[in-house]
Formats: sequence, structure tokens, C-alpha cells
Amino acid sequence: MGITQILFWGLSVLAIFAAIMVVASKSPVHSILSLIVVFFAMSGHYILLNAQFLAIVNIIVYAGAIMVLFLFVVMLMNLNAGSEPQKHRMLQFAGLISGGCLFLVIISAISETPQAAGNVMIGTGNSGLIKNLGMVLFKDYVIPFEISSILFLSAMIGAVMIGKKN
Amino acid sequence: MLLAIDMALVIEKLVLIVIVVMASLVIAMYTTFAERKVAAVLQDRRGPNRAGPFGILQPLADGLKLFFKEEIIPNFSSKALFILGPSLAMLTAIMTGAVIPWGDKVHFFDRDISLQIADVNMGILYVFAVVSMGVYGIMIGGWASNNKYSLMGALRAASQIISYELAMGISLIALLMVTGTLSLKEMVVAQQQGLWNIAYQPLGFLIFLICAFAECNRTPFDLAEAENELVGGYHVEYSSMKLGFYLFAEYVNMFISSVVMATLFFGGYDIPFLNEANYDQNWMALFGVLMLMAKVVGFIFLFMWVRWTIPRFRYDQLMNLGWKVLIPLALFNMLLTGALVLLKHNGWHF
Repeated sequence: MGITQILFWGLSVLAIFAAIMVVASKSPVHSILSLIVVFFAMSGHYILLNAQFLAIVNIIVYAGAIMVLFLFVVMLMNLNAGSEPQKHRMLQFAGLISGGCLFLVIISAISETPQAAGNVMIGTGNSGLIKNLGMVLFKDYVIPFEISSILFLSAMIGAVMIGKKN
Repeated sequence: MLLAIDMALVIEKLVLIVIVVMASLVIAMYTTFAERKVAAVLQDRRGPNRAGPFGILQPLADGLKLFFKEEIIPNFSSKALFILGPSLAMLTAIMTGAVIPWGDKVHFFDRDISLQIADVNMGILYVFAVVSMGVYGIMIGGWASNNKYSLMGALRAASQIISYELAMGISLIALLMVTGTLSLKEMVVAQQQGLWNIAYQPLGFLIFLICAFAECNRTPFDLAEAENELVGGYHVEYSSMKLGFYLFAEYVNMFISSVVMATLFFGGYDIPFLNEANYDQNWMALFGVLMLMAKVVGFIFLFMWVRWTIPRFRYDQLMNLGWKVLIPLALFNMLLTGALVLLKHNGWHF
């Protein structure tokens, strides 16, 4: 067992444990903090796959910005276990069954792919490095890239317009 | 052998990590002392002068006092998060030191040892990521205190840090266009051979400096701990060494952001008007580290000077400055830099 494998197993256990905590913990703030741990574990996986840019952007955007906003909203509304509306038991069962079905579908889909048998190439390949990524984005896929940025811009303007109404 | 690792490398890095962490802490300790002395000079007082000659032992006395204070955890707070808050603040403050090139290579025991813990090829993005993590320590601590004033302070800190991060990131993009690399080490090497980046990016530096003040929660941006409105800000409920950690993390942040500014815009460990290659490697590395520290001391003095000169902003002024002044300015700077870089690439032809 090499160091990459040890790291892989450690990160996987951490990610799954934290993901369970996101769903299981009573307080919304604890859920958010667990979700941040999940993002960090995912970034660790990205680094193992040599996708450093993706890893760091995952931390900056998701763990650093979006989760801060989540935390912000939860703290401002002062949600806690007491004030949270109790869900109906039937709803909980329905969620469990539908989630479990999705899980089974994903498991069977992954186990039948040809790559599952072989090893994933860990720590090799350099398509995730920022230089290569930039080359691909701005040379081969420049039009989709620009179109998606216009989409972002329009979403931003929309948010400003909604905010201005009041 | 379970793990095939170069043991010498591990030992080397461990020693480096311990040195960097200890140095950050000791320097931050003496920054608290320097702040009180500078404040005293600016206000025509003497400052702390009782503990040791010239009051040089004052930080130790402060630390001891904080350790021996009674520790109080509020009844209705979430205990784990209450402790996690200051720990996270300290952790994120220290983490940045990992990618800073503290000096050039030294040659010991037949090994070339780089005075940088990790030369990752996206060093500047790492710094940015850690900075954006810094807000959690404050938010979690402020919320876990279960106190309205703490919560207000924490929310203020969070919105301020998010707002100023944007302008900071955009000013960094302009810098990256000039340097063409994300690695801090390569940036310093490029500055050693050419001009310092401040010559190419004066406006970018100014924006970065203002944002650094805001990210460190220093005056004039210290609304998160505005004592006249919020009692004490996000750390009202904290006592003993937990309070000490919060206060201390601020000084470590100040030190680290000074190092980052010196590295990005002022040549890092580069000694101006001197070709390092002509002299002994080890001595030059040592002088390089000292040079970096001299630049850092200059920046830290600037932080203090501003603190004791400029009054605090009002909250709407703070947000207006961030969103309506700094971000358009940073965007303009980015556009200008991009145009100039493109022109230069084309050999100054349109």
C-alpha cells in the first residue's frame, strides 16, 4: 500500500463520514460545517488525481464563498433544532427509499463500466494542471466558455434587478 | 518497507515547518509589543516599559496573564464550536506560510535545501483559498457564543471579507497577467532578474494593500470589533487563551499578509542592486531572508501607522468602498494590464 492509497482511503472515509453527518446532524450549522469537510475531502481527491486547479477552485468557490453564504443565512435566520419544522415520518421513509434507489442505480452503473475493473491512474496525467486546462478552455472550447460566462453575467444582472425592486 | 519516502526530505521539511511556525508566532508576539510601542510614540506616550529592559518581556507577561485567566464557556453555547472558532482562526492564519518562499536555496550536508515548504505550481491560488477560509474562525466563534453582539460582529466580518476578496482577486489577476506564473517562487525569481512587480502594477498594489487591511480586520476596517457599537465584537464571550488566540491570529495574519505583499510586489527575498549569484550561496540565502524580514517590518509598521492615524469607517462607507470603488478600479486595472500585455506581445503594434 503506497502513500497515495493510504491517502485515498483516509480521504474517502472522511468524505463519507462527513456526508453522513450532513444529513444526520440536528443543527443546520453542524450540517454546513460537515459539508465543508466533504468539500475539503473532495479537493484532496482532486489533488490525488493531479487536478490541482480543480482542487483549489473547489475550495475557493464552494468551501470559501458558497458555504460562507449558507452559514450566513442560517446564522441570520437563527435556525436551530428547536425551530426547525419536524418532518413527517412518512416523508422520511419516502426520502430514504428514493435515495436508496438512486444509490443502487449509481452503484450498478459504476460496477458495469469497464474502468471499474482496472486501476484509476492516480497522480499521473497532467490535463488538470492550470496551464493545460487554460489552453484547452481558451483554444478548443472558447465559444462555449464565453457563452457560459454570458449566462453568468445575465444571472448576476438578474439578481441585481431583483434586489433593486425593493 | 511500507512507505518508500525519502526520509531526509521528510526531516528537512519537518524542520522547516517547525521553524516557520515558530518564527510566525514569535514575530506575531513581538508585533503586539511593537504595536503598543508604535501607538505610544504616535500618541506621545512611553508605552510598556516595566517588564525587562525597554519592556522587552512584555509579550511574555501578556501571554502568561492570558494563560492564567479564568476560562469561561457560556452556558447556552455550542461547546465544541466555541472551542473550534479560535482554533480555526489560528490554523488558517498559520497555514499560508507553507507556500511562501522565505529564501533561496541553502547548501547543508551535501543537500540543496530550498527555504520554501512547498513550491506548488499554484501558490498564489493556495494563498487565496486559505484567506477565504479565514472567515470561518470568526463566524463560528461569533455564532457559538450565543450573543447578539458576537453574532453581529461575525456577520460584519464575514460580509466584509467576502466583499474585499473580490477586489483582491481581480487585482491579483492583473498581476498574474504580468508575471505569467502562479508559483510564488517563480515570481520572486522573475523579480530578481527584472524590476519588482510594483513597477508594473502600482494600482494593483494599492488595491491589494487596501484589501489586505480589510481581510486582516485592521483599522480602518475593524468594524467586526467596533467596541463602541458591539461591546467587543465577535469575541465578547471569549476569555483566557481563547481570546488570546483570536487576538494573536490577527497579528499572525498581519505578518503573513505583509510577507505576501513583499513577495508579490516587492521582490520577496531579493536584495536590490546586488547580483546574488556572485557571492556565497548560504550567506546570500541568509541575507535574503533578512531582507524579506526587513520589508515585512516595513509593512507591519505601515499597518500600525494607519491604525493609529485613520478613524474607523461607517459600515455603509465600507461597503461602498469595496463594491463601488475598489472593484471597478480593479476591473479597470485588469483591462489596462491585459491590453498592455497584449500590445507588448504583438511588439507594440496595434
